[in-house]
Amino acid sequence: MTSAKTLAIETRGVSRRFGRRWALAEVDLQVESGTTFVLSGRNGSGKSTLLRVLSTAIRPDLGQARVGGFDVRSHRDAARRATSLLGHYSNLYDPLTALENLQLPARFLGKSQGRSELLPALEQVGLAERADDPVATFSAGMRKRLSLARALLKGAPILLLDEPFGALDPPGFRLVADVLESARRDGVTVVMATHQLQRGSELGDRALVLQSGRVVWTGPAPELATAGAAAGLAESR
Amino acid sequence: MGELGAALSKEALLQWRSRSRVVAIVVFGSSALLLFSFAIGPDTSALSRHAPGFLWLALLLSSTLSLSESFRAETDERALEGLLLLPARSHALFYGKAIANGLQLALLGIALLAPMVVLYDAPLPRPWALIGVILLGSAGLAAPGTLYAAMTSQLRADQTLLPLLLFPLVVPVLLASVKASSLLMHGDAMGQVGSWQMLLVAFDVIYWSLCGVLFERVVED
Repeated sequence: MTSAKTLAIETRGVSRRFGRRWALAEVDLQVESGTTFVLSGRNGSGKSTLLRVLSTAIRPDLGQARVGGFDVRSHRDAARRATSLLGHYSNLYDPLTALENLQLPARFLGKSQGRSELLPALEQVGLAERADDPVATFSAGMRKRLSLARALLKGAPILLLDEPFGALDPPGFRLVADVLESARRDGVTVVMATHQLQRGSELGDRALVLQSGRVVWTGPAPELATAGAAAGLAESR
Repeated sequence: MGELGAALSKEALLQWRSRSRVVAIVVFGSSALLLFSFAIGPDTSALSRHAPGFLWLALLLSSTLSLSESFRAETDERALEGLLLLPARSHALFYGKAIANGLQLALLGIALLAPMVVLYDAPLPRPWALIGVILLGSAGLAAPGTLYAAMTSQLRADQTLLPLLLFPLVVPVLLASVKASSLLMHGDAMGQVGSWQMLLVAFDVIYWSLCGVLFERVVED
């Protein structure tokens, strides 16, 4: 039995509609603090929508969602402070340099914006030598890594990651996996959406499979590959 | 104030990085003034008489370019959403953007005074008062312009929709700006310029208050 105190995320009957189509339908989810939770499912199954609801980027049409103990509707700002989203879009300003893209949120967050303070964050994702280059010159993988550095900068207790390994080469994958492992050791709760069952099985504690916005399976992450295959998500060899 | 300062420094940095776009907008405004002068012909007194109206028309047309472009960097990679999720206050983001847009329009208006004097033989007996009117008029265009630019930036036909929405709303500001500019250039025997300036101030206060409140509804889900 999970104690309510240890829940970082809890949703009950969360539904979200775009036009006539329900992107999420009555999703119930419980994520314990300090664990890694994997959301899986085909393209368009509702993984990104669920992460966007949890990050308060969009509101649920029905149901309740609490992140870090705060309702996403009634305590939106507190819920925002508790979460950090790495979404499909990088949230970066193309004309600004990598360093400036970290200095800007640091200033809004009232954190130190000095070069010496922010360079370690860039080093962590392997971009220190590109600190003064405009983001417009970055590849998709580099943007992803910078976006992750930006998300970590906030120091939120809950990390919401949408396909964090997308567009990454093998060294980039190892780098991001190390960063996530380090965040996990620090007690950060990670919710990660991925359609890669094997990676999800390896990195997560618990997992959930979505299909057409509905939860079709939830259980321990190591069983994800089997459950995903049963739900028609088998990975091609 | 801290967040407004952060928003303003972001705008200053973005404007500096896209300064070539600013040059293009100044050239566009000057070209519009040149074309309007061709429409009037060589009649010097008619040119001078119509100069204030054409100045504000050129500024209005240029504003649609600069306003919609000001949101490109915000929407391309959903950077504005990233700031809102920090969370940054939408009011601070709006006022930062609107102040930057207003200053850019005012500087454009001041830059257009030189081609206006050359092309229209327009008199400038009270240049500082005219610059004051340009500042007030630009502020009146910038607040609703920033709100509508945020609204239309999420749509495909943003360049078409922005003027359709903005122009009807800014008619009073445009009218007051043209009248005040005209009185400052060609003489104000009846002392009416103060009333037009007050009207501009009133519209600025209304637009800046209302648009600041409405911005959150535009950028949040």
